[in-house]
Amino acid sequence: MKILVCISCVPDTTSKINFTNNDTEFDTNGVQFVINPNDEFGLTRAMWFKEKDGAAVDVINVGEQTNDSVLRKSLAIGADKALRINSKATDSFQVASYIANYAKENSYDLIIAGRESIDYNGSMVPGMISEMLDISFVTNCVGLEIENGTATAEREIEGGKETLKCKLPLIIGGQKGLVEESDLKIPNMRGIMQARQKPLTVIEPSEIKIKTTTNKFYRPEEKKEITMINSDDLDRLIDLLHNEAKVI
Amino acid sequence: MSVLVYIESKNNKPKKNSAEVISYGKELANKLSCELTVLTINIDESTELNKYGPDKILKISDNSLNIFDAKKFADIIFQAANKFSISHVILNGGVDSKYLAPMLAVKFQAGYVSNVIDLPSKLEPFTVRRTSFSNKSFCDASIVSDKKIISISNNSFGSLENPSTPEIIDFKPNVIESGLKQESLDSAKDQITIADADVVVSAGRGLKGPENWGIIEELADTLGAATACSKPVSDLGWRPHSEHVGQTGKPVSTNLYIAIGISGAIQHLAGVSSSKVKVVINTDPEAPFFKAADYGIVGDAFEVVPKLNEKLKAFKAENN
Ligand SMILES: Cc1cc2nc3c(=O)[nH]c(=O)nc-3n(C[C@H](O)[C@H](O)[C@H](O)COP(=O)(O)OP(=O)(O)OC[C@H]3O[C@@H](n4cnc5c(N)ncnc54)[C@H](O)[C@@H]3O)c2cc1C
Ligand SMILES: Nc1ncnc2c1ncn2[C@@H]1O[C@H](COP(=O)(O)O)[C@@H](O)[C@H]1O
Repeated sequence: MKILVCISCVPDTTSKINFTNNDTEFDTNGVQFVINPNDEFGLTRAMWFKEKDGAAVDVINVGEQTNDSVLRKSLAIGADKALRINSKATDSFQVASYIANYAKENSYDLIIAGRESIDYNGSMVPGMISEMLDISFVTNCVGLEIENGTATAEREIEGGKETLKCKLPLIIGGQKGLVEESDLKIPNMRGIMQARQKPLTVIEPSEIKIKTTTNKFYRPEEKKEITMINSDDLDRLIDLLHNEAKVI
Repeated sequence: MSVLVYIESKNNKPKKNSAEVISYGKELANKLSCELTVLTINIDESTELNKYGPDKILKISDNSLNIFDAKKFADIIFQAANKFSISHVILNGGVDSKYLAPMLAVKFQAGYVSNVIDLPSKLEPFTVRRTSFSNKSFCDASIVSDKKIISISNNSFGSLENPSTPEIIDFKPNVIESGLKQESLDSAKDQITIADADVVVSAGRGLKGPENWGIIEELADTLGAATACSKPVSDLGWRPHSEHVGQTGKPVSTNLYIAIGISGAIQHLAGVSSSKVKVVINTDPEAPFFKAADYGIVGDAFEVVPKLNEKLKAFKAENN
């Protein structure tokens, strides 16, 4: 089985979100980039397929050179090969096209992406890839088993879960549940040493036209002062929620 | 040029957030001086939708579509969009719509922007504001392709009444095969889900253990609210994963979010900050959540929550 894991490199969840260049760009100053949490679950799931069935696992990112350290980390976790498509990722359609084009030439049985990236929050790239490759797609995926070329995938839905079956190839948008947090693989010394020898290939893409642009960022409005209410005066809370906030 | 709104359904009825997407579609159609068409799949009774101003309602009735399948549904919306010369497709922020949207974008060769919170500020280029960085910021995004798809973040726009008498059109699309087969479905039938709820009652590790969730469920019941929790609570198995909200869980954009025994870590706040009004109940006056809330009570959940519930019950009895 050949698996491709899509890795989006995102600011660490505790990062301060600031902008530069007249608020047109994210300020990367002092920010640590990490594997998108949803992709981290997928990468560990891929490692299990590797350990159990000897699957070959490649990781791919569309981005600039600064992402190489995150790709190296994926190799240290156990991926066999890393690919970086050298283009600043600004439009999901373009990102999906680059990945789909690469995947088409290298026929993967399974593509693992995340439900969403925590920086752009698009929930777009995997669904687009599925349509470009005309393969099955399960998003919000919280469980995946594969046997004899057939996948059983669980999808989280509003208020429950759905179990779906399909033939490979398949692409998923994974999230927590795919593996548990306590099972997430972290690089060990041996992995880090081995990663240095593994290939990290940079591919120059042929230009694909973008369909969207991101122009300007805004910070949330400053919160108004909180109103503190004495715990003996709950009638006041109800009154404020009813008459001031008008939410009950 | 024409606007198409797809609405989700549940038990053959429009989902509650339909009012919001149709209202948005109407305002957009007005801005563009064009028609608004609403697409429904297996919705028996659609007159309540007329309140929000559709010019046409495309009705699909087909038993093979009773189970949601993103690939089939995306293809149907695509067929409708082609047949009725649609330029703008509007979807809501529900999990099903967000599942099918990227597939539709590729079929329709449309630029797609998700998590939109407002009408376009400009039509040339078409520019809308969306949330980004897990609600820690907003950005303006433009769609530069001819065809456009946007999905609206729940509860960001509200609904506007604008009654009309739409033309009802029976639409019989060609239903494609899908490689996916549903094996089983496990869903709580009458439970209010986080995505559908106007009010969410959420609790954290301050509740000490799963056996203490009775007071949370009772309060949610009184308010007609969905229940939610912080990440450690679901990690510990006290509550199901589907209740985990925050940056790595579900986003919450409700009118009222009540956080009980939740400290307010940055990852938690990221996911709930687009809720309109936040109430915090916590024993620790220094808990960071107080800095991000509208109303705060310093107190013990085990005392405050039951008392609040009693008072709310009385309030509801009086006001209904
Ligand atoms: C990569 C990453 C992603 C994460 N994503 C998320 C996420 O999506 N969502 C999320 O929630 N967290 C997330 N976290 C975890 C987050 O950092 C916090 O650890 C978590 O939110 C804390 O949960 P809590 O507030 O329930 O627990 P605690 O931090 O333990 O807080 C418990 C609170 O309860 C109060 N309390 C105690 N007793 C009572 C009482 N009797 N009555 C009232 N109050 C009481 C305490 O004062 C305290 O403020 C993430 C962390 C990381 C590293
Ligand atoms: N630049 C990128 N390179 C590789 N994979 C990506 C990239 N952007 C998004 N993805 C994948 O698509 C998923 C969803 O991202 P998004 O559509 O941005 O919410 C992520 O979890 C990744 O798996």
